[in-house]
Amino acid sequence: MTTTAPAVRSGTSPKVAPTRHPFRWLAAAGVVLLLAMAANSLVTNPAWEWEVVGEYLFAPSVLRAVLLTLELTALGSVFGFLLGGVLAVMRLSPNPLLSSVAWGYVWVFRAVPLILQLLFWYNLALLYPRLSFGIPFGPGFFDVGTMDLIGPVTAAALGLALHQAAYAAEIVRGGLLAVEPGQREAAAALGIPRTRRFFRIILPQAMRSIVPNAGNEIIGLVKGTSVVYIMALPELFYQVQVIYMRNGRVVALLLVAAVWYLALTTVLSVVQHYIERHYGRGRA
Amino acid sequence: MIEIDGVHKSFGPLHVLRGVSLTVGKGEVTVVLGPSGSGKSTLLRTINHLEKVDAGTVAVDGELVGYRRAGDVLHELPERDILRQRTKIGFVFQNFNLFPHLTVRENVAEAPLSAQRRPRAEVAATVDRLLLRVGLSDKADAYPGTLSGGQRQRVAIARALALDPKVVLFDEPTSALDPELVGEVLDVMRDLARSGTTMVVVTHEIGFAREAADTVVFLDEGLVVEQGPPGQVIDHPRHERTRAFISRVL
Repeated sequence: MTTTAPAVRSGTSPKVAPTRHPFRWLAAAGVVLLLAMAANSLVTNPAWEWEVVGEYLFAPSVLRAVLLTLELTALGSVFGFLLGGVLAVMRLSPNPLLSSVAWGYVWVFRAVPLILQLLFWYNLALLYPRLSFGIPFGPGFFDVGTMDLIGPVTAAALGLALHQAAYAAEIVRGGLLAVEPGQREAAAALGIPRTRRFFRIILPQAMRSIVPNAGNEIIGLVKGTSVVYIMALPELFYQVQVIYMRNGRVVALLLVAAVWYLALTTVLSVVQHYIERHYGRGRA
Repeated sequence: MIEIDGVHKSFGPLHVLRGVSLTVGKGEVTVVLGPSGSGKSTLLRTINHLEKVDAGTVAVDGELVGYRRAGDVLHELPERDILRQRTKIGFVFQNFNLFPHLTVRENVAEAPLSAQRRPRAEVAATVDRLLLRVGLSDKADAYPGTLSGGQRQRVAIARALALDPKVVLFDEPTSALDPELVGEVLDVMRDLARSGTTMVVVTHEIGFAREAADTVVFLDEGLVVEQGPPGQVIDHPRHERTRAFISRVL
């Protein structure tokens, strides 16, 4: 009989040495080098014109443009998600008419490019010169000129909101479907009234999957507002173009816009983080 | 307290309940046994109208559940009335179905507040009393996700009791639990049974049926095969199918 060598058990307890990762270190070194080169070029290349960026970053006309961008984003998201929520609930309704109308809305408004929709709303007066308010198919109480009611800002907000609603509807619907069916059943078995069931039990749970996607959409919308430049609305992107066409400092002014978009997106990302934490309560 | 009369239910081509009749008296504990697919859970779910019946009637506390009778026609009640009826019928699910975003206290308080519109202070006292009863007073502010399966099911029982229901229905309340956690849930249920709560329990726990049930009902292929006191149905089954089932699960 042979005795086995003490390969596993020896007198002293051995130290633990983790695996080394030389290639990880090499890759990290490469990345550091590239970052250093980029930073160096940003600082040393005078063509970036940082002093011009600084000069225009808080210029009154730029600030007004940032405000308009914010306003359009807010209107687009608030009304987009309100309408989207209604469409999502309609789509999930057992009533085939409600459900198909919601489906049809999403179909049309996702199919037509935003830029085309914006021009369409902007030119609504060509289609309906006057808008009348009154009883459907009955007499009108008062009417107004379409141009007076739907100015460029309203047309832009309307277009953004209607477009956003189609995407929001799908996001909200996805969130509602992600809630475990047992939750609806338990709430119904407890006799909790329908609206309370939706707002207290189902929606807060749906928000867990709605919020990350909604955050994506709203951040997309911040930059998406830049397409309204075709309506000559002085939002951020249009405004910096106006300025650089006058003074020729193209790169610096594009940077001004980029810095602002970055700032707005950062704020929204932070807000999103806290909203997600709120709706994630009770979950690991 | 519960009168089920000739209930039929089909899911598409599947005829799950084929004319089930059953009476449960006030304060009685009825345990429904049967192989999977025999229609036990469906029967339980017809009692609080989570499942609509195709034919037959279910009445709780002398009131038809889900329908109003006018001559020979049963008219389905508006949702508001069905919800009111459900507050008299507690339901405990196999998978607990606690609301994960609400604390234990909020889970138990939700229905008394929103479905019964009872005053907040009164509900708070009820919640404290019920959590004490199921032994979870220290978990009132915990979220369900931090509790064990047995604790979750005890919260779910407290939630069902918070409505002060006339009857409590249990749909395989211990089937989703780890074996070592089954005991604590059965203890709470035994305590309820002793205190005179009217209960209908669908379960595979023969031990619980033997000691806590007044009546054991054996259901197979959508029909009541045999019913009677546990000493008879479990220990001296008359029907061949009951005998075969009991010998398999014992």
